Amino acid sequence: MGVGIEVINLNAWYGTNHTLQDINLNIPANHATALIGPSGCGKSTFVRCINRMHETNPIGRVTGTIRIGEIDVYKDAKPVEIRRRVGMVFQRPNPFPTMSIYDNVAAGLKLNGYANRRALDEIVEKSLKNSALWDEVKDDLKKKSGASLSGGQQQRLCIARALAVDPEVLLMDEPASALDPVSTSKIEDLIFQLKSQYTIVIVTHNMQQAARVAEKTGFFLNGRMVEFDSTHKIFTNPSDKRTEDYITGRFG
Amino acid sequence: MTRIRFQQSLDDLKENLLVMAGLAEQAIQRAIEAYRVRDLSICDLVSRSELAINRLEREIDQAALDLLAMEQPMAIDLRFILSVIKINADLERVGDAAKSISDRVRHMEHMAQVDLPVDIPRMASLASEMVRKSLQAFIEADAELARNVLTMDDAVDAMNRAAYKALTKVMEEESHMAPQALNALMISRSLERVADHATNIAEDVIFWVQGTDVRHHKSLIVGPNDPHAMG
Repeated sequence: MGVGIEVINLNAWYGTNHTLQDINLNIPANHATALIGPSGCGKSTFVRCINRMHETNPIGRVTGTIRIGEIDVYKDAKPVEIRRRVGMVFQRPNPFPTMSIYDNVAAGLKLNGYANRRALDEIVEKSLKNSALWDEVKDDLKKKSGASLSGGQQQRLCIARALAVDPEVLLMDEPASALDPVSTSKIEDLIFQLKSQYTIVIVTHNMQQAARVAEKTGFFLNGRMVEFDSTHKIFTNPSDKRTEDYITGRFG
Repeated sequence: MTRIRFQQSLDDLKENLLVMAGLAEQAIQRAIEAYRVRDLSICDLVSRSELAINRLEREIDQAALDLLAMEQPMAIDLRFILSVIKINADLERVGDAAKSISDRVRHMEHMAQVDLPVDIPRMASLASEMVRKSLQAFIEADAELARNVLTMDDAVDAMNRAAYKALTKVMEEESHMAPQALNALMISRSLERVADHATNIAEDVIFWVQGTDVRHHKSLIVGPNDPHAMG
């Protein structure tokens, strides 16, 4: 099951560039939360802080507190443990190109020393079913490589790979922006199904997509969280003029 | 660039709706003038207006539908387009009401003019003022003016109830005047509907400007700065 994410006074830097400033919010468990905002506003940096990827950049720095459930992300666990709890899906699908479909899904588990073959089979099947890809690949699991799939299938394969390690949170950074409308619909349907089991945070430039899949939406601008509210409120009657200007295309 | 075109499309939509509003308002005024002077040539003008209003209704709905499909508007733009669609329907019904009144005037062509206990021109004046003010609120995006329109509806309702009471009494007690009284009653009912449509338009203006749905919520009608606000 998903857990809530509590963010308190989060600040992040790239060198001297203060990219996130005093972010405070509570992301509810088992819901999809969308983050919107113009390019460079800090929303991707924000999700990279949640799974401690931001600090992998040599000039990246973070202060403040992020709690995933009861765990303080920056105090109570190592980055590897956090990334097991927090799966991430990127804009461009990035399957391991030479690995089979099966091995792509099992890669994270194997990396963690998981060797029980029968249990692996079950987890791979479950993950592919949860990512709505099973029916399309079940006959070619070990015959085809991840790279042989279509773009939409590759993205669902990456989601299966993220789900295989049984995370509590799923971060999605523009997961459908490189996909055609049919593949995008499948990803959105998937998000809708998965949010009953996982806490989902999705960064998107597609505001209709945010409106379709997320219950909560946050608007970032210049490294600050301008507004965080129900998606319905944000897209029909936002409280802040800057939010309204952005979503109606009058920004700037 | 795209947003400039979108803004132009919104402006065009507003302009077309105002053309329609002008026609609907004029149709009501003409219908009442036709009643007052019993002039069937004015009824013909009302019928022609109704055709133009119906045509415009379809054009405005189509333009609004295109914008929803092509531009996928959000927030105040979305509320504006939804309000335009609803105001459009209300204006078309104002046109219908005008036509209905002019039909009553045609019915009354060969009837003797009698003195009835109902002041149709006064009622029409109040209903027209409501339409005019609601459209003014739309033009100026003025939610306070729109709220003011909502408070006027009770007066028209009361006039309609009084007309019903007085005219049914005429029908019961003076049967030779019953046909005229019946027609006057139907005209009174049409005017009450015009006031209802003006109320709807005012509610749609408030929804557009403030994002507040005040329909069926008396407590929301009085704005925060209204001196008559309770509490």
